Amino acid sequence: MRQINTNQIKDKVKELFLKANYQIDQDIMQRLEEALKEETSPIGKSVLNMIIENNRIASKEEIAICQDTGLSVLFIELGQEVQIVDGGFIEAINQGVKEAYQEGYLRKSVVDDPVFERKNTKTNTPAIIYTDIVPGDKIKFMVMPKGFGSENMSALAMMKPADGPEGIVNFIVETVKKAGPNPCPPTIIGVGVGGTADQAMVIAKKAIARRMGEHNKNDKYASMEKEALKKINNSGIGPAGLGGRITTLAVNIDYLPTHIAGMPVAVNVCCHAARHAEGIL
Amino acid sequence: MTQVKKITTPLDDKRVMELKAGDSVLITGDIFTGRDAAHKRLIELIKQGKELPIDIQGQVIYYVGPAPAKPGYPCGSAGPTTSYRMDPYAPPLLDRGLKGMIGKGLRSKEVIESMKKNKAVYFGAVGGAAALIARSIKNSEVVAYEDLGAEAIHHYYVEDFPAIVVIDYLGNDLYKTEPPKYKK
Repeated sequence: MRQINTNQIKDKVKELFLKANYQIDQDIMQRLEEALKEETSPIGKSVLNMIIENNRIASKEEIAICQDTGLSVLFIELGQEVQIVDGGFIEAINQGVKEAYQEGYLRKSVVDDPVFERKNTKTNTPAIIYTDIVPGDKIKFMVMPKGFGSENMSALAMMKPADGPEGIVNFIVETVKKAGPNPCPPTIIGVGVGGTADQAMVIAKKAIARRMGEHNKNDKYASMEKEALKKINNSGIGPAGLGGRITTLAVNIDYLPTHIAGMPVAVNVCCHAARHAEGIL
Repeated sequence: MTQVKKITTPLDDKRVMELKAGDSVLITGDIFTGRDAAHKRLIELIKQGKELPIDIQGQVIYYVGPAPAKPGYPCGSAGPTTSYRMDPYAPPLLDRGLKGMIGKGLRSKEVIESMKKNKAVYFGAVGGAAALIARSIKNSEVVAYEDLGAEAIHHYYVEDFPAIVVIDYLGNDLYKTEPPKYKK
């Protein structure tokens, strides 16, 4: 067994949330630059210019890209040969989130009770943690601060198998059209197909972090991604919803085996500030 | 796009009527912040017939919950939040003299009707351009509901705050008029 101290976990989580909130990945920056060239609307171009400039300022000055520094989501691959010592795994992660948000001048956006008190926990915890146990002796982290302007536009459909790929593409396109300007377009659309209702949404969220330009390895799913993207961008919604050719930067679909009677489809919407960071211990 | 218009706050009928949907503007002057929780409290006061903690006559409210300010900065990153959540609260404030709102995203029919009736304007700021927008905020202080943290009502002094007139006092709405032009 390889021992990993909870302090190392805390520090890594903190480092990754700071990085994710200050810096947009290079592949997304590149895609935004391309989008600027492709966009034909003058307002759309000026919006894209502002977004690119914003991301440069945030990275250079180490300030939040967006004031909505989101709920703190983590996807973790925990090697089964790792022994965590000196405290609890979940506590260490939450402590890392708390330190990042308190020391990094990030907004604390978590309320304890969703309906009645809605009292801010002032730490941005609890984090939302998905852990897979995998072979090996390492811990791999992918952190994703997830803003709610876009999260609120997400949708789930428990479709019939007979709805087929056309049904799925239509549901994706309609979800994005209905959202209009609200989720801060140009968006990135994560889609999860199959599994159970809950699993579909989890893989949809994870799909948001896929590298720009990569498609699903299964050609049939890749062509659904391309078709959905084309149809969305033909909607004319455009950057900030003020009209234009670039409404969405990428549609990323992942899938899982599912029940003989069903075809869950989850659409998780992410704004252009698609923040994530990865690290390994 | 046409040239950028420089405007100053507070606003009055005449100034509002000069603004047309599609105008790019740079706003200079005083504005207030407010989002879900602060709006809820303001509306409670209106329902009870009590005085509001801020005088909103001619004022502009920016829908934002800023990030904390780093030392040496007047304000943290401060981009707009989605406006529709404030829709139920906007008409009573417009009836009491609010002249402008800054946010992002769609507004309800009721808000647009109230804007027409009261001669008010809805500005769109670019969502997610929070670090860039914060550069135009020169001074920030909490003026009400400090216990709400980021959701407290702040008073900002802004210089050349970049925005677009998305819905004007006639009800012209860029979210309705622009996308069809780029549809295929």
